[in-house]
Amino acid sequence: MNNNRELLVEVKNLQTYFFLDEGTVHAVDGADFDIHRGETLGVVGESGCGKSVTARSILNIVPKPGKTVGGEILYHRKVKGVVQTIDLTKMEPQSDEMRQIRGAEIAMVFQEPMTSLSPVHTIGNQITEAIRLHQGLDRAAARELAIEMLDLVGMPLPNRTIDEYAHQLSGGMRQRAMIAMALSCHPSLLIADEPTTALDVTTEAQILKLMRQLQDELGMAIMYITHNLGVIAQMTENVVVMYMGKVVEEADVDTIFYNPQHPYTQALLQSIPRLGQKTARRGAGQRRLTSIRGMVPDPYALPKGCPFHPRCSQMIAGQCDQIEPQMIEVAPGHKVRCLACAGA
Amino acid sequence: MLGYILRRIAMMIPTLAIISVISFVIIQLPPGDYLTSYAMSLAASGEAVDETEIENLRLRYGLGQPVYVQYYKWMSGILLHGDWGQSMEWRKPVKDLIWERMALTVFLSLVSIMVSWFVAIPVGVFSAVHQYSIPDYIFSTLSFIGTGTPGFMLAMVVMWVAMRQFGLNVGGLFSDEYIMAPWSWDKVVDMLKHLWIPVIVIAVGSTAGSIRTTRANVLDELNKPYVETARAKGVKERKLIWKYPVRVAMNPFFSTVGWTLAGLISGQTLVAVVLSLQTNGPMMLRALRSQDMYLAGSFLFLTSILTVIGTLISDITLAWVDPRIRMEG
Repeated sequence: MNNNRELLVEVKNLQTYFFLDEGTVHAVDGADFDIHRGETLGVVGESGCGKSVTARSILNIVPKPGKTVGGEILYHRKVKGVVQTIDLTKMEPQSDEMRQIRGAEIAMVFQEPMTSLSPVHTIGNQITEAIRLHQGLDRAAARELAIEMLDLVGMPLPNRTIDEYAHQLSGGMRQRAMIAMALSCHPSLLIADEPTTALDVTTEAQILKLMRQLQDELGMAIMYITHNLGVIAQMTENVVVMYMGKVVEEADVDTIFYNPQHPYTQALLQSIPRLGQKTARRGAGQRRLTSIRGMVPDPYALPKGCPFHPRCSQMIAGQCDQIEPQMIEVAPGHKVRCLACAGA
Repeated sequence: MLGYILRRIAMMIPTLAIISVISFVIIQLPPGDYLTSYAMSLAASGEAVDETEIENLRLRYGLGQPVYVQYYKWMSGILLHGDWGQSMEWRKPVKDLIWERMALTVFLSLVSIMVSWFVAIPVGVFSAVHQYSIPDYIFSTLSFIGTGTPGFMLAMVVMWVAMRQFGLNVGGLFSDEYIMAPWSWDKVVDMLKHLWIPVIVIAVGSTAGSIRTTRANVLDELNKPYVETARAKGVKERKLIWKYPVRVAMNPFFSTVGWTLAGLISGQTLVAVVLSLQTNGPMMLRALRSQDMYLAGSFLFLTSILTVIGTLISDITLAWVDPRIRMEG
């Protein structure tokens, strides 16, 4: 890996809470990670671990009653060759400056391409909206650029599809349209929130390939959120594993797969089925596919100490259920939040 | 789309034929006819009933003939000559009676709908966007009171207040001196002076209902992912709310716009009776009570025609605003 990596976004001790009648949910509670210019960061974790809320915190569009209550998101913005650093958490969500960053410099692709596109507007209308807003082009020029973008993402017959509605397109084409929309203003960071979860595997493969290829062409960084470790292996350079709103392990992709330290990461990797691995046949040497025992804790009543300790196989009694572990660097660039790993 | 519209229009013909038969049968259902109820009301007021005159009238209107002959005469008059028959009570062609009142009815309905939409849509959107805020609670309370208050009662209260507190001459759409006068600028001004009471009374109920509908629909749409997409693009909050969720939430309005057509005949009858408005509703009620056969039948038939046409208009508008249900071919 090259040494002159340039920081794009630094998330430091981010805390985003949801204030509900039933109590406060600490959706993101101390997330730390860096995104480097032009690289891909994978964010993995179970449902409800705070991946998507972290993404929305970066864009400053956390839905009510959620609110970023602490931490920093330092965005190193390149304006005419000069790098400015701004803290996105300090900005007003509706301010003009925030809106100029949103969609133009940091764009997002969502999980469900069907519901993420307006049912009553053509995809062209929605793509040109972003182009006209951020690039100040007139209608005709914006339309031309939108057709160009649709062509770039491999949309068949772009000058016809531009006037179609979401329901007239297939799932893969819808997601291509979403990507065209997100990339239309050449963002420096693309946040992809499970963009292929709703697609079938062949389409998924095409979309992943497309995103990789576009990243090479346009040079943007990607924050790729998923619960699919296979996609992580294929797409990313660095990985962040999240559990209950916290980053529990951070390393480059090879280290995560070949030398995972955190018991949660290890458990996640063991729960992936492999081709050729027999699970159902009885007999010696055969094993069932491992699942992580226990349930995700109640978000209103987080366990004391390490939030993973009730499900952890390496739990140290008297320690893990008392002391909240801190992030420690076990090797250069490899950080783990675990007491058991600290002793090792 | 054109083929679809033509198919729908073709479908309307048998529908309307069946409806016309049903309307005619319904009018014939009560015992007796206009002349028996006419004779009874004469007797009740102590006047002498001239049997020969009654018999003459019965012959003249063909009331002694079998029902299917009467129906055939009525229908062929409508289809071939545009003649809807004679009103026995008013001694005038039905067509003239209805048209006289149609202009006012249409005008009143349109103004009320405009007023109610212009108030209800912004208020409903505001309530949805600021859900559970104090203004939302105030608007919600007001709209519940509005939907819960019967129009005729509100009409009486408004009339009483206007008369007692402001000494205004209310009721009707015109001052006495203009009722029979031909249309003139003064008459229009006079009408506008009277118009606000019925408009308010009619608009209050529908506004209140529309606020609830708008609020609920916008709330449904507000958290849809496509709204978040727009937000993530950096679109201004106010702009994106009107462009995306409100636009989708308006569909029920478009799909009910056709029903207001049928309301032109029978809508707001009670309010119109209380306020003595020269609209179609009270006339239809009276025709039904006095068994003024052709007038009542024409009203029923016209209401049905307008319902059928209105439904078609609704469907076309909805297909126009919502690409998801546009017909292929």
